[in-house]
Amino acid sequence: MNGMIGQPVRRREDIRFITGRGRYTDDLAAAGQAYAVFARSPYARARLAKVDTAAAKASPGVVAVFTGADLAAGGIAALPCGWLVKSTDGTDMKVAPRPPLAISVVNFVGEPYAVVIADSLEAARAGAEAIEADFQDLPPAANLATAMDGPQIHEGIEQNRSFHWALGNQAKTEAAFAAAAHVTRLEFANNRLIPNAIEPRACLANYDAASDEITLTTTSQNPHLERLVLSAFVGLAPEHKLRVISPDVGGGFGSKIFIYPEETAAAWAARELRRAVKWTADRSEAFLSDAHGRDHLTTAELAMDAQGTFLGLRVHTRANLGAYLSTFASSVPTYLYGTLLAGQYRTPAIWVEVDGVYTNTAPVDAYRGAGRPEATYVVERLVETAARELKLDPAEIRRRNFIHEFPYETPVALVYDIGDYEQSLARALTLADVAGFPQRRAEAEKRGMKRGLGYSCYIEACGLAPSQLAISLGAGVGLYESGEVRVNPTGSVTVFTGSHSHGQGHETTFAQVVATKFGIPIEQVEVVHGDTGRMEFGLGTYGSRSLAVGGSALVKSAEKVIEKGKKISGHMLETTPDDIDFEDGVYRARGTNRQMTFGEVALAAYVPANFPEGLEPGLSEKTFYDPKNFTYPAGSHIAEVEIDPETGVVKVVAFTAVDDFGEIINPMIVEGQVHGGVAQGIGQALLEHGVYDDTGQLITGSFMDYAMPRAGDLPSFSVETTVTPCTHNPLGAKGCGEAGAIGAPAAIINAVTDALGVKDIAMPASPERVWRALQGA
Amino acid sequence: MRDFAYHRPSNLADALSLRQSAEDGAYLAGGMTLIPTLKQRLAQPSDLVDLGALGDLAGVRTEGGALVIGAMTRHAAVAASPDVQRAIPALAALAGGIGDPQVRNRGTIGGSVANSDPAADYPAAVIALGATIRTDHREIAAADYFKDLFETALQSGELIREIAFPVPRRAAYRKFPHPASRYAVAGVFVADFGAGDIRVGVTGAGPCAFRATALEQALAARLDPAALDGVTIDSSRFNSDLAASAEFRAQLVRTMAKRAVADLIAA
Amino acid sequence: MKLSMVVNGVPREIDAAPSALLVDILRSDLRLTGTHVGCDTSQCGACTVRMNGRAVKSCTVLAGQAEGAEVTTIEGLGAPGALHPLQAAFQETHGLQCGFCTPGMIMAALDLVESGERLDETKVREGLAGNLCRCTGYHNIVRAVLLAAGANA
Repeated sequence: MNGMIGQPVRRREDIRFITGRGRYTDDLAAAGQAYAVFARSPYARARLAKVDTAAAKASPGVVAVFTGADLAAGGIAALPCGWLVKSTDGTDMKVAPRPPLAISVVNFVGEPYAVVIADSLEAARAGAEAIEADFQDLPPAANLATAMDGPQIHEGIEQNRSFHWALGNQAKTEAAFAAAAHVTRLEFANNRLIPNAIEPRACLANYDAASDEITLTTTSQNPHLERLVLSAFVGLAPEHKLRVISPDVGGGFGSKIFIYPEETAAAWAARELRRAVKWTADRSEAFLSDAHGRDHLTTAELAMDAQGTFLGLRVHTRANLGAYLSTFASSVPTYLYGTLLAGQYRTPAIWVEVDGVYTNTAPVDAYRGAGRPEATYVVERLVETAARELKLDPAEIRRRNFIHEFPYETPVALVYDIGDYEQSLARALTLADVAGFPQRRAEAEKRGMKRGLGYSCYIEACGLAPSQLAISLGAGVGLYESGEVRVNPTGSVTVFTGSHSHGQGHETTFAQVVATKFGIPIEQVEVVHGDTGRMEFGLGTYGSRSLAVGGSALVKSAEKVIEKGKKISGHMLETTPDDIDFEDGVYRARGTNRQMTFGEVALAAYVPANFPEGLEPGLSEKTFYDPKNFTYPAGSHIAEVEIDPETGVVKVVAFTAVDDFGEIINPMIVEGQVHGGVAQGIGQALLEHGVYDDTGQLITGSFMDYAMPRAGDLPSFSVETTVTPCTHNPLGAKGCGEAGAIGAPAAIINAVTDALGVKDIAMPASPERVWRALQGA
Repeated sequence: MRDFAYHRPSNLADALSLRQSAEDGAYLAGGMTLIPTLKQRLAQPSDLVDLGALGDLAGVRTEGGALVIGAMTRHAAVAASPDVQRAIPALAALAGGIGDPQVRNRGTIGGSVANSDPAADYPAAVIALGATIRTDHREIAAADYFKDLFETALQSGELIREIAFPVPRRAAYRKFPHPASRYAVAGVFVADFGAGDIRVGVTGAGPCAFRATALEQALAARLDPAALDGVTIDSSRFNSDLAASAEFRAQLVRTMAKRAVADLIAA
Repeated sequence: MKLSMVVNGVPREIDAAPSALLVDILRSDLRLTGTHVGCDTSQCGACTVRMNGRAVKSCTVLAGQAEGAEVTTIEGLGAPGALHPLQAAFQETHGLQCGFCTPGMIMAALDLVESGERLDETKVREGLAGNLCRCTGYHNIVRAVLLAAGANA
């Protein structure tokens, strides 16, 4: 039947998107809506001595102007960081309070300190320009490399250090290094990235005085989490008086997980003014105010014996947190990073130390991959470099160290349930025609071009969960997911998921899952997501968790529906539920020719004729699915690049990705996820760089300066999958959303350094950097 | 953006008088630079005089030995013009490589040359071909036209009508596009007028387009990419930014020039 | 100022401020919200529409410049059940994910498909230089355009 699990079902949501019928937040308009524009700090660090709003309030069309002090007086608290990390000395991370609108100090360029609400967008802009703020400029600590010795940004936070975190066994690791025949060492930066979903953040806040309810329609990857934080921590409104809706959302990549000042202030203002308030970021604002990603400085060392067997890994990272701790900022360079440093290898001793450092820059938080790309970069750059230093084939050194026995407990707190790293590497070597590479390189050389090949065998921990583990490590929320399967009286099915789709295709994939379970056509299944008013709870979409966690919740709910259906059909067919078999959408009384279709049982459920005691009418079930473990997607990526030595331009001539995502529901969608992730990974390696100067001005603040990958910058990708099913969820699925962004950067830089014959080159490997590397080589 | 009075005159005289009578007026050609500037409130003119209805200003014709392109001719039209492709194919190719397709469908040669963005493509051709900028009341030689960063010989209110390009024996243009903006980090237009008269116009590298006389001399001696290898390129006034330092720009100028020469020889 | 233009085949009279952009008129006045705004520097191409037969970035066209123009937006290209081959190709090849850049991408690709040029992968990639997509890595967008070009040929 069309729509079953495993088929490349064309996406149903596409119809509205390709015809211009999508409904994104900025497409919505409320009657009488006013417009919000934020006044933002032009300074990286300053004392905000005075904010004079009189002229702004008098500006034509301006309805109101609110400052940080107004919000505080209105009961709005600081925006929290939801993951408590402890330092090695046992103390809690040091948290600088982040009021949604700055009150007495500003700490990064673009930090909002007032909001103007006006009848029109133009009037609001003019009003914002009319605000007179008295800034007393202070020296900033804008540079990660020097921030720990720079001016102290926040009171009581010495060296600008929020935490000094570590994981692993230091003594064992030191011993491994002492015994090593060879040590490979690298120092590098993991460049700051700006997520740049093409839809900028936006919100439309409505207040209904009759019900005293705020409805916040916004570009969120996790509307329930937004409601929870705004209610429980920020004090915006009681949870039952706040509804958060995420309609169509134009990409997220992590940046739309977080609880931001603008949405908070707009929602508060809507209630204050009894008027709908609309805010849409322009791209320049997005550059300044969206949470950025990555931004590490790392020293990494790999100890080996003479045969290239890994003995120990030692890593020290300085992670840029930006000016304040964004919603999940502290988890990214710690639990989502240090735990992944075993990679696909049996390295017996690992020690990682991380300094989380404040700087006068925009907050840094999760961006596609979140910690795992940084970890993969450390491991895979080291491994490739080690192979070169030991004159070993880069595939061979990996094979010598691969984990073969599962479950495998790493030295950094994870237990891998399953994998087959040899298989994906072998397939990637074939697909990339690595055997033919020397010939291609020779041919390129004849044309004056330098060709290189680079590998990256990554692992990721996905399906973010399980709650018990996450909470024990400091998470402020559980990491389960909810799913409700509601069978309507006519036999159609409405599925409610706490997961959220902003490009991932849940409306299709989740319908495939449920249709397959019920043996009904996919057209009969509707998937609803993104509204705290329609589904009970949910934790949203990030960390490649939607299918593995959210999809599993739906499987469980569907199974409950089937069980209930057995009771109903058992009653109707005058047998016991135990004697009912359900297959292909039909309930059959075993050993008889009596049967009921799925639709007939649905109708019976709502027209309960003579139901026995204990059998409730209705056919709707829900599940909160909390997995036992992370999932561990893994794969092998191989990049082939060609470099023009005269211009330094790196062309990616081929990119091969062989990934093990476990069982796959819709291979077409999975391939698309890999393509997009790889593109972002190539972007990081070759093009993208969020750069602040030493005064804390963002000098890559628009698409004129920040190089987003265009069609012409990328090749077509060669993508395949291998399958080892996840052992602990009912779908056997692992998650695929981040793999490309995790694997690609190391593969590209390994290829570039191979082509250039240099040990290292900084990301992004821009034409000038490449050219300079060649001048020095 | 701030509001302004909008005018759409249908003849040149009206355009000039509207512009002159405006308190702080600006001409609007394709708007590819001006509109983003208005949106960012970097310019707040009182009046915009839209040249879009001045049909006389659009089009390509040949006049004696020169190719004359109306100021309001859009980049896509220049790229597709059989006259341009026949007379100076390098100019058609240059126009076909500006920005992106949507920009080429709106942007005009007059707007580009009037704006004199240091990284725009056309100025390299204007300089190398020794074009003449014909304005509402005079003719300006290319050599006298580009003054500095966004600064030209145009007086306030002066309007470019058309640009006359002498037709070289052969020419070629190569550019190294900025990875984000697609403007030229370095663009080099090489024109061969015969008898050793080789002219090299460079854009993107300095505050405005300029002729690279050292390269010209080397090529006059020997029209061969290799002739440029030893030439010193003075980068002391070159732009230096995140995309390229002055030193790397010098390398790009040399490389683009060599490639343009190779194209030119192969053509 | 009073403007008249033909949008998706329908003559329209619009009262707009001179500083209004074509995209504002489409989205706010005509409620044609399929055309999106993704940047403020005329780079991303999400706002691409067809004006007088050519792809333009509607965020970089002033109201007055659209006077008398024929404008086609994504809503005017094809509807559910009556998709334009290019729209159908985007669905068929999974050429979109979040869908935000898609209308602009399709309107830009329309020029390519209708150019009569023999398209190949390189030409399509160059031809889409004015449009950013953050989701797909362009792989399937390129396939979509080639598929539609073949279907038209």
